[in-house]
Amino acid sequence: MNKHETTNKTIPTARSKTKDIVRQSLKKRYNRERRFKWHGQAAIAVALLLLLILFFSISGKGYTAFQQTMMSLDVYLDPEILDPEGSRDPAVLARGDYGGIVKATMRRMFPEVTGRQDKRALYALVSSGASFMLHDKVMENPALVGQRVSVWVPADDEVDMLMKGHVSRDVSEADRRLSDQQLVWIDQLVTEGRIQKQFNTAFFTAGDSRDPELSGIRGALTGSLITLVITLMLSFPVGVATAVYLEEFAPRNRWTDVIEVNINNLAAVPSIVFGLLGLAVFINFLGFPRSAPLVGGLVLTLMTLPTIIIASRAALKSVPPSIREAALGVGASPMQTILFHVLPLAMPGMLTGTIIGMAQALGETAPLLMIGMVAFIVDVPSGIYDPSTALPVQIFLWADSPERAFVERTSAAIMVLLAFLISMNAVSVFLRKRFERRW
Amino acid sequence: MDSIVNPTNIPAVHTTSISDVVKDRSDVVSRENRSTVGETIVEDPRISCLDVNVYYGEKPAIRQVGLEIARNQVIAMIGPSGCGKSSFLRCLNRMNDTIPACQVTGKILMDGQDINGKGIDTVLLRAEVGMVFQKPNPFPKSIWENVAFGPRIHGLAQTKKELDEIVEKSLIQAGLWDEVKDRLNQPGTGLSGGQQQRLCIARAIAVNPEVILMDEPCSALDPIATAKIEELIDKLRLDYTICVVTHSMQQAARISQRTAFFHLGDLIEVGETKQIFTKPLHHLTEDYITGRFG
Ligand SMILES: Nc1ncnc2c1ncn2[C@@H]1O[C@H](COP(=O)(O)OP(=O)(O)OP(=O)(O)O)[C@@H](O)[C@H]1O
Ligand SMILES: [Mg+2]
Repeated sequence: MNKHETTNKTIPTARSKTKDIVRQSLKKRYNRERRFKWHGQAAIAVALLLLLILFFSISGKGYTAFQQTMMSLDVYLDPEILDPEGSRDPAVLARGDYGGIVKATMRRMFPEVTGRQDKRALYALVSSGASFMLHDKVMENPALVGQRVSVWVPADDEVDMLMKGHVSRDVSEADRRLSDQQLVWIDQLVTEGRIQKQFNTAFFTAGDSRDPELSGIRGALTGSLITLVITLMLSFPVGVATAVYLEEFAPRNRWTDVIEVNINNLAAVPSIVFGLLGLAVFINFLGFPRSAPLVGGLVLTLMTLPTIIIASRAALKSVPPSIREAALGVGASPMQTILFHVLPLAMPGMLTGTIIGMAQALGETAPLLMIGMVAFIVDVPSGIYDPSTALPVQIFLWADSPERAFVERTSAAIMVLLAFLISMNAVSVFLRKRFERRW
Repeated sequence: MDSIVNPTNIPAVHTTSISDVVKDRSDVVSRENRSTVGETIVEDPRISCLDVNVYYGEKPAIRQVGLEIARNQVIAMIGPSGCGKSSFLRCLNRMNDTIPACQVTGKILMDGQDINGKGIDTVLLRAEVGMVFQKPNPFPKSIWENVAFGPRIHGLAQTKKELDEIVEKSLIQAGLWDEVKDRLNQPGTGLSGGQQQRLCIARAIAVNPEVILMDEPCSALDPIATAKIEELIDKLRLDYTICVVTHSMQQAARISQRTAFFHLGDLIEVGETKQIFTKPLHHLTEDYITGRFG
């Protein structure tokens, strides 16, 4: 290049000049590009790292909750205790002293225990749920009365914690919940093969309980599911309809400006305010039941609507105007234009907004506290009026409980919540793909 | 060029090259005169426009256009880029309604009825006045769907078979059938630019409109496809009224019976195509067709 310039004294042509200038800046440009790429990659790496830390810390703490220490009992369903008159009347059987039977079984296993205190310590090894299990078994099959049956019942949560290594035997007796005597019994049961860790079905089939070993997330999960279904069914159609009206039909004037500003503001209102509103309007004024998924769903709908409306409007705005023109140009009515051409193109964006809103609603705790979904509820809700809790509230409640065994359950509940969230996202991705495949 | 189309009605134009236009005529209207010269009135008008103005916000795009469009004729609109041809064309099927900032004033009568009047339904109007837009805008749906959409929403076909026939006929007329007949269910957006343009033409004529507005329908087409479209326009003219915006003066000369020349928002000259290209009345028209600007 240099040689060319010195030998040829004429002014360099415009073409070679541009080339030189570009060549000079080329390295700088590429460097800038590379730096930009690094920044992006670093940001993604940090995000992934944090996500992994979160995931591992939660599942590391929580995975043990999916197992439960169970104890094998050889129970004699003594007719003397359950049904002294021998009538086998279900009403009588239902009132039987199953706790007494469990105690008798324990005494039989450790005949050397005599003292009152010692006996109480012995009984404490078994969960109070054992008597309910026996009750249920007998009610299912009354012919069992008078027979010997072998059943696996949950061990007490302290035993469970010991077996899982969450409490140490090395500390002095005064600092432990289990006495030295109880440890001896437990060791004996372990050597007899009467104590085993099994899959914790109760965690997925039971509602909340004061006893950690009996508590499950079924109630909270069902409550969350019902609440979310209500939220989705209300907020999606209302949100999309609002967005379509505001974007496609509403005249541009002061009123629509006011509405727009208000919607944007609502999206930023702290969620607990929606809870207060729900309490005042739905429960106190309209008289809907407290703690019901119906009210939860309504409150979360109010909270999610602005998100869905804003996302849907953005999606509608991003549909190229030429598509609208094309449809209107062949004589489609505005409604036909929107239904056949605009909505299908905007649908992926709308679904994304909806799923973000739903994910928010799923994790929302504060407004649900205000409308009483924080109550201690044992039963699994079966309808929109039944009292219930929701997953995040359950997590909040368990995290607040003093029992050591609730710590792992809290983490396990968070894992379930995350799994719920991930499957919800998967569904939305699937739906979006289907809509996009149509182009 | 003559072999491509054979318009029976304008033989003179073909023998007159544009550069043959007489220079230094003393009777031309001076460049400063901005009012329309030539024959704006026709005997049996399909569309008559009176004092039409189009504003985008405060800015006028066209001013005080008065023009009549005759039945069964092709009128070509020519003029430099940005002079307001598209803006005027879009008034005729009220497409400008869709632009919030756009305001149209003046009277536009179609068969004696004001299309901006109270009782006029835009759906009906646009079914009657079809449009091919300047930028090809196929729906992001299949080729078949693109063409069938219009006839279907208007209920022009009772059965799927009838609809298929309309689709095929329209695509044949637009000269696209042979290229797409094996992939009718593939997206229209996957076609090339010129194919998309023809798809949009097929979509417009599938509705069987009586007036067709075409905004540079051949801007992305090769000579052969252009010839097909010109042939189509010439055929459609027998039944319909057609307005074509074009940047090609040869095309205007080949296909149109009348020509309107726009300049910077003003309608400068209207007249028989033959006369415009041989003896323009206005100095600006002469400048434009001789290629001195634009
Ligand atoms: N949507 C719009 N908003 C604002 N101004 C516009 C809009 N459309 C057109 N204009 C303006 O109106 C004037 C006329 O535009 P128009 O599109 O009618 O020109 P045209 O003659 O069709 O040009 P071309 O030959 O390049 O297509 C231009 O100055 C343009 O900037
Ligand atoms: Mg244009």
